Amino acid sequence: MRRHRAAGARRGPPVSTLQAERVTKRFGTVVALDRLSLEVQSGECVALIGESGSGKTTLLRCFNRLTDPDEGRVLVDGVDVGTVDPFELRRRSGYVPQDGGLLPHWRVARNVALVPWLRGEGEADAAAKRALHLVGLEPESFGPRWPRELSGGQRQRVAVARALAARPAVVLLDEPFGALDAITRADLQTTFLALRRELDLTAVLVTHDLAEAFLLADRVGVLRSGRLEQIATPAELRTEPATPYVRELLQRARAI
Amino acid sequence: MSLAALLLLLALQAPDPRPVVVASKPFGESYILAEMFAQLLEARGIEVDRRPGLGATEIAFRAIRTGSADVYPEYTGTGLLAILGEQPVSDPRKVFDRVSREFQRRWNARWLPPLGFENTYAIAVRRETAERYGLATLSDLARAGRSLRAGLTPDFIGRADGLPGLARAYGVRFAEVRALLPAVKYQALAAGEVDVIDGYSTDGLIARYDLVVLRDDRRFFPPYQAAALVGGGLVERRPAAIAALVELSDRLDEAAMRRLNRRLEVDREPVRRIASDALAELGLTTAPAGTTPAGPRDESSFLGYLWERRGELLRLTRRHLLLVVISLAAAIAAAVPLGLALERLSRGAELAVRAAGLLQTLPGIALLAFMIPLLGIGLLPAAVALFLYSLYPILRNTYTGVRDAAPDAIAAGSALGMTPVQILRHIRLPLAAPVIMAGIRTAGVINVGTATLAAFIGAGGLGDPIAAGLALSDTRMILSGAIPAALLALGVDGVLGVVERVVRPGG
Repeated sequence: MRRHRAAGARRGPPVSTLQAERVTKRFGTVVALDRLSLEVQSGECVALIGESGSGKTTLLRCFNRLTDPDEGRVLVDGVDVGTVDPFELRRRSGYVPQDGGLLPHWRVARNVALVPWLRGEGEADAAAKRALHLVGLEPESFGPRWPRELSGGQRQRVAVARALAARPAVVLLDEPFGALDAITRADLQTTFLALRRELDLTAVLVTHDLAEAFLLADRVGVLRSGRLEQIATPAELRTEPATPYVRELLQRARAI
Repeated sequence: MSLAALLLLLALQAPDPRPVVVASKPFGESYILAEMFAQLLEARGIEVDRRPGLGATEIAFRAIRTGSADVYPEYTGTGLLAILGEQPVSDPRKVFDRVSREFQRRWNARWLPPLGFENTYAIAVRRETAERYGLATLSDLARAGRSLRAGLTPDFIGRADGLPGLARAYGVRFAEVRALLPAVKYQALAAGEVDVIDGYSTDGLIARYDLVVLRDDRRFFPPYQAAALVGGGLVERRPAAIAALVELSDRLDEAAMRRLNRRLEVDREPVRRIASDALAELGLTTAPAGTTPAGPRDESSFLGYLWERRGELLRLTRRHLLLVVISLAAAIAAAVPLGLALERLSRGAELAVRAAGLLQTLPGIALLAFMIPLLGIGLLPAAVALFLYSLYPILRNTYTGVRDAAPDAIAAGSALGMTPVQILRHIRLPLAAPVIMAGIRTAGVINVGTATLAAFIGAGGLGDPIAAGLALSDTRMILSGAIPAALLALGVDGVLGVVERVVRPGG
């Protein structure tokens, strides 16, 4: 970890910004995103929360061009992503899916080394070791294992390590801890919290768990039918819900 | 004679290096006559390529038409009815003149002067049946038919000069008509499973089972004179070969032919020995071609029988394996890339895979028959047919395997910047490898089985003894092909199974 921080310092502070400008995306007749605008500052973590079909995952996918909007612009570091190579863009954005998505026929070390290898970096193995350390997995013990030999929580840690191995400035997380049991989830949330502070990550986190959003994010955006109902800090959201929908959402969360 | 000598001289001046391809249809008499043609040609210094047991009339005649075979024994009546599709004529001379003229005009094929005997359909019953119902003629049969069960070959049931014509000419109706393969009809009759069968008048088994052949008192069956049917190419290029074959014309009467058939069907003597004895008796060859002592067949054990034929069986097994390996390798080379391409295509892919599946539904013999006009007879058309049969299992498994491989891993790989080609090469293909191998394994085993049918278009392999054994009702001969084929299928499955384990990814 110390090594990683030193390396981060050499690179200088990341200055990444994510922007969505009046983005519209339709799937057939369904409007997934409706002229939605959002800005994520460098080093900030924004959680997107909403019901299924509210457009939160579609919005996330716009930031690494897994989805291209029908209207509007998406910018990363001030550059319209429509003008950059999508593979290059994805290789410099970390990504953590809900199910881990580890390649079942690759050992853990090779899985974690994927993005450095795709970028043609010479020291992919070293990067993988470093990343495994970051998420609290001993490289010597876990590197040679097969994904199927890991627990769900370990698998998700490996997925986070894989997302971070190439030292991206931006990490996109799509319900990364949703499938884990409560204790394991709390463990991973703590690890993630420490990592984003330590690495000064810019992160977008899609979740359906309001408590997780409040715990991990600097700001929380509530999506409904492809629009942002409200985006604010957890404290603001609690004290000044902007709409009846947000208020109801908070009440329900508290009830649980 | 002087003409023959002149022709021989001409032939010697312009030697043709290509062997004369001698074919036969898959039944005993055809094997014997073809072998006699072959040995006679060899005795006259002409090299011969033997392709015995070609599927049926259609396949053998196509081989002549397309020049894949040069000569095979055929019957004028078959030529008139089955090939020309004309009405029966009862005068043998008229039939011969008609087929001679028409075959030359349409296909440039020639009928050499007939060999001297007729082999027409013989409707046969057991002696006790004949006595009980007072049967001597087909008119008698028309009277008693309704209390008799008939076991007829599919060929006879379908042909105009078979059951339909017989029913019209005599008004014959049976209590029941069962389709029986030629190989089993005599046993079925002898065992009392059926009461009436269609045989051939020269069948050796008629005498063996003491059957009564009913006289064709209204002369319904057309004359079936046996003759060499020769392709136009041989007539033009190889006059010496024609001269040699003509030496057999008018030399075999019905009694002689029945004796030869009996030696094959009843005494189970090898075809080669029967043919060489017959030629020597006719004074057409001097020294007996075979040095094997004459006599009844050996009654040694089945293993002894196999051991005796080990050289031949090994050769046939090698040939069989060659056929399977060529066609399977070609199918892998075509179907795996196609399956990968279809996965990328997505739309229309399922349709393409199903189209390949349609090939699977074609009957083996039919597919082989389609191949003849395009590719002739022999190894190539058989390999192409087997190739087509192998496509579907490999294509289906490749396509399904790569399509359904680890969707989570593929989504993640894509999100982290893998290109579609990288996803195919590093995720889909390795994960689909065991499924693809399973498809290849299926194709391999199907292939070994289907390759036995290749004997019907002269491709050789373990189908040869199976086809010949079926034609001669020789169970040992059938098993001498079927058992090695089964072992070969197990072997191929085992080897491919090992490969399947090796390509299984992730330890």
